[in-house]
Amino acid sequence: MIGGLFIYNHKGEVLISRVYRDDIGRNAVDAFRVNVIHARQQVRSPVTNIARTSFFHVKRSNIWLAAVTKQNVNAAMVFEFLYKMCDVMAAYFGKVSEENIKNNFVLIYELLDEILDFGYPQNSETGALKTFITQQGIKGQTKEEQSQITSQVTGQIGWRREGIKYRRNELFLDVLESVNLLMSPQGQVLSAHVSGRVVMKSYLSGMPECKFGMNDKIVIDKAGKGGVTDEVGKSTSGKQSIAIDDCTFNQCVRLSKFDSERSISFIPPDGEYELMRYRTTKDIILPFRVIPLVREVGRTKLEVKVVIKSNFKPSLLAQKIEVRIPTPLNTSGVQVICMKGKAKYKASENAIVWKIKRMAGMKESQISAEIELLPTNDKKKWARPPISMNFEVPFAPSGLKVRYLKVFESKLNYSDHDVVKWVRYIGRSGIYETRC
Amino acid sequence: MRSVMFRFHVCAGEIFELKAELNSDKKEKKKEAVKKVIASMTVGKDVSALFPDVVNCMQTDNLELKKLVYLYLMNYAKSQPDMAIMAVNTFVKDCEDPNPLIRALAVRTMGCIRVDKITEYLCEPLRKCLKDEDPYVRKTAAVCVAKLHDINAQLVEDQGFLDTLKDLISDSNPMVVANAVAALSEIAESHPNSNLLDLNPQSINKLLTALNECTEWGQIFILDCLANYTPRDDRESQSICERVTPRLSHANSAVVLSAVKVLMKFMEMLPKDLDYYGTLLKKLAPPLVTLLSAEPELQYVALRNINLIVQKRPEILKHEMKVFFVKYNDPIYVKLEKLDIMIRLASQANIAQVLAELKEYATEVDVDFVRKAVRAIGRCAIKVEQSAERCVSTLLDLIQTKVNYVVQEAIVVIKDIFRKYPNKYESVIATLCENLDSLDEPEARAAMIWIVGEYAERIDNADELLESFLEGFHDESTQVQLQLLTAIVKLFLKKPTETQELVQQVLSLATQDSDNPDLRDRGYIYWRLLSTDPVAAKEVVLAEKPLISEETDLIEPTLLEELICHIGTLASVYHKPPSAFVEGSRGVMHKRLPAQGTECPDVGNAAGGSAPEAAPSIIPSQGDLLGDLLNLDLPAVLLPLFNTNCSSYGILYPQVWLPAMKAKGLEISGTFARRAGVIQMELVLTNKAMSVMTDFAIQFNRNSFGLAPAGPLQVLTPLGPNQTIEVSLPLSTVGPVMKMDPLNNLQRQVFLATWKDIPNDNESQFQIQDCHLNSASNKLQGSNIFTIAKRTVEGQDMLYMSIKLSNGIWVLAELKVQAGNPNYTISLKCRAPEVSQCVFQCYEAVLKN
Repeated sequence: MIGGLFIYNHKGEVLISRVYRDDIGRNAVDAFRVNVIHARQQVRSPVTNIARTSFFHVKRSNIWLAAVTKQNVNAAMVFEFLYKMCDVMAAYFGKVSEENIKNNFVLIYELLDEILDFGYPQNSETGALKTFITQQGIKGQTKEEQSQITSQVTGQIGWRREGIKYRRNELFLDVLESVNLLMSPQGQVLSAHVSGRVVMKSYLSGMPECKFGMNDKIVIDKAGKGGVTDEVGKSTSGKQSIAIDDCTFNQCVRLSKFDSERSISFIPPDGEYELMRYRTTKDIILPFRVIPLVREVGRTKLEVKVVIKSNFKPSLLAQKIEVRIPTPLNTSGVQVICMKGKAKYKASENAIVWKIKRMAGMKESQISAEIELLPTNDKKKWARPPISMNFEVPFAPSGLKVRYLKVFESKLNYSDHDVVKWVRYIGRSGIYETRC
Repeated sequence: MRSVMFRFHVCAGEIFELKAELNSDKKEKKKEAVKKVIASMTVGKDVSALFPDVVNCMQTDNLELKKLVYLYLMNYAKSQPDMAIMAVNTFVKDCEDPNPLIRALAVRTMGCIRVDKITEYLCEPLRKCLKDEDPYVRKTAAVCVAKLHDINAQLVEDQGFLDTLKDLISDSNPMVVANAVAALSEIAESHPNSNLLDLNPQSINKLLTALNECTEWGQIFILDCLANYTPRDDRESQSICERVTPRLSHANSAVVLSAVKVLMKFMEMLPKDLDYYGTLLKKLAPPLVTLLSAEPELQYVALRNINLIVQKRPEILKHEMKVFFVKYNDPIYVKLEKLDIMIRLASQANIAQVLAELKEYATEVDVDFVRKAVRAIGRCAIKVEQSAERCVSTLLDLIQTKVNYVVQEAIVVIKDIFRKYPNKYESVIATLCENLDSLDEPEARAAMIWIVGEYAERIDNADELLESFLEGFHDESTQVQLQLLTAIVKLFLKKPTETQELVQQVLSLATQDSDNPDLRDRGYIYWRLLSTDPVAAKEVVLAEKPLISEETDLIEPTLLEELICHIGTLASVYHKPPSAFVEGSRGVMHKRLPAQGTECPDVGNAAGGSAPEAAPSIIPSQGDLLGDLLNLDLPAVLLPLFNTNCSSYGILYPQVWLPAMKAKGLEISGTFARRAGVIQMELVLTNKAMSVMTDFAIQFNRNSFGLAPAGPLQVLTPLGPNQTIEVSLPLSTVGPVMKMDPLNNLQRQVFLATWKDIPNDNESQFQIQDCHLNSASNKLQGSNIFTIAKRTVEGQDMLYMSIKLSNGIWVLAELKVQAGNPNYTISLKCRAPEVSQCVFQCYEAVLKN
């Protein structure tokens, strides 16, 4: 198991050091600094073995978090734990930065003592932790309160405490998708997938039981076949349903129920959380198409023309569109002409950045640029990195639709109808690249 | 309530100041002072002088202050054991506190203080806490047992904590169950044969129930523990798989990978024609792909594991090639791993896409990545014959770029393509020869020389080309020298008239001016061949070459099986067995995949039941098999007994005989081998100290085999810090013999009782074929396998035998011999069934030789 956990700043100074196992000596702290942080060459693996001691590290801005062990630990678990540790710290004091860590080091030690025991991760849900690890110290808890805390920390529903009350029961549901594309210069899709997240903010009283439904092909086909709800079957047949390649759920979702009935039911944590992640690869709506044209004119000039086409309903508006066209390292000057938006050559980033604030569906726009090159005797050809794109669209490129989200709370007297629900779809570009 | 970190040095004045503050009456001031102490401790300053003052602050009802003091105690108690005793009372009192959080805190902290005197006092509070009414206290106490075991294993056993811990597996609270499982698994690792976890269908059922209810971390502990279980039959195996499958949708990647491990392992037991088997295979692909959208570090862990899974069961991901395409801003470690998997998945169906991608990668910036991409193109050519032509033309395009390392890498792979498809692509040789001058890496030079020699008859100026290399013969690396020698001899055999001078020149360079024994030997062999029998020389040197394998870098099957059992862990990231990087005995037990159920008669041969058609086509070297034995603590010296007729053996895993800590920085690892009939002790000496080591010598204690060095230890150069040297020392068996009790045989009754006592599950049956012996028992006795009883049933001789391995493992055997039938049946029973396979191999070796 994890033998120790260290946090360093970018200079390699230790900010936090907590050793859990006897086999990890103080010199481990220095070994990591010398061999990884101060290493002459950039480290090429997140797992480093130094003198039979394994170091796992992740970086958050310029902070290094390192877990150390001498055993054959579960590596995936160690990384998951390190990410979780970052989340917990962020939930307590905001950004994981050197200053924040220094100012909260007592709190961090207290957290580390709680969420890692002898190197075994324990309950690390911030909701539960915040009930008894506070910077104010626990004052005058009654016995009931204490046992409520411990039963929550160890209980089956460790993510929600009892006795939550809201005057207005409200739910916010965001379907956030990032659409990823790799396209060949000829317009052939090399790979495309959507990775989506359903993020929920719930402000519900009591211990509500929720059920979430979407236009999952498997569910809808099943319903259609069984003939139970004819109406659903009709309205959602054909293109309306989507094939989900795979999905993962927040720990509140009953996985065995999903496995057997494919229904998503859960008792939600309070406040904001990620309910599920999913991935689709079939019938993706690619909101933009990039058509590049690069021509080398002699050895010192490049002509670039890029056309982008929007491919969705004309009534919808895409926002924050940005096209990034890489330029060679030996670029000396660039002249750009674009029909829409603003384009600029950024020498420090070796790219022409073209920004368009808004663009409606089924439109087309174009940029052309002339790039002057300095003559070089560098034998190596320019690698021609792909043209990448950023945007935001108000629909889900996977085609996912929320069908329902039902709330049942048997003990308190509010019904599904009393809950105010909001649904929003946002599609963003993930890695959206076209080779040129 | 913010405090400031103090970065200046702790000077005497500061200590004094802190002391005053710690003893202040004001609570706030005290707390601030303790915080300052902890801050200094974090940055590595010594504040142990404040021990009594800090411990004085322990008696407080302020939980935050208490935690700080405990943190201090954990750090310094070991260096101040006498003073740490002062804290005991408070601990014991806190364990009785009405607040469960404080009870748990006390027992948690006490377990972290590794001072014997404190440990003594820990037992009673721990016993109470293990039965506490509050689950939070129980789950903390469960982990505390593991802590205590780490400090004093005997104490834990004597106090009966292990039984209490076992009871906690049936606890009503899932987190208590999870922690108890984690603690037991850890303790069990240090007692490989203890059967501590005692997994049976009932306890498995409890674990599976808790699996649905506990935290994500608890699920990982439980799944990792489940993976160690071997189901009784395929039905049980299937029902466990069914209950584990839902975990594949968990958001935590570690839960997913641990579930994959359980499924990969238990799948081995399912019959392949079962519908469920196919369903399960299909279910595994999507979660593995999803892991690739995790953070890059987790992607790396996932990819290393997928690499194993793809080798074991290529069918799972064969349609998922695209997800392994490299993204421009993937970190380099992710890129390299993806590339590896792409090549493994390349097939006729997807080769066009793969090649287009690889071509793209070959123009990237990172040198390692580009090299690997170029090499990958060559590997595709070898793997998918239809693509070879396109691969070759792609490689030629790349050579035209003239980027030095691309050219060299391309030439190395083209050599392999020539070997795989002789007389097909020789038209490109001219292009290759143009780049002769730019090659500066030995591997590329050697490859080019090989090509010139192999196709000497088609290259007009082959003699000139080779001659140009001869000028700096002695500056070349061995690889190049050997290749050059062979190439020129080939050339001579093909064009004898014009190259006589050249061949003489190279032969004299190799034999007279070189002190490299390999080179000299090869030179002499050629010389004699050429001078005595040129026809034979032609047959030898220009012989047809064996085919090269399609797959490269495959992990050896037994290791692969072991690594599959370690999915998700560091072993799967390093692609090494845990024994290669874990110190001491903990966790070095070799794991194996379960064999497929009753339908499969030749359990032994299938080695885990992998389908023969899917099995990669490489031959497991026998050395590795012996390696398995070695790691079960069988002393290497026993092996020669079993293999009396073998003249040489593969390399055994060297073991660390002397850790650096015990020998002032000199680490010695070693192994025994028999090479050319001589027993060799192969030593690897590593200097882990800061200074240079010289004057090595070796002396043998009197031992039961009479082993003694046959020559002096040849370490001539001083060993610098961090340097490693490999030496092999020839041994003779004429040294002084130490008389010892031989490994004894068993009494009849004992044999019978033991045979009955060992559960039937541990019995395994093997066939030994084609054995023609008059007296098997005499032959076996010679190798320390003793026949205890013999009876004849219906014309069959039943021999009952026992073997004791030197680490105390008894193996009982029943050998059935039917007169006139050369096939023997052997049943082995042993408490450690892992050794059965190896013992069978030894039997076979002994009986057949």
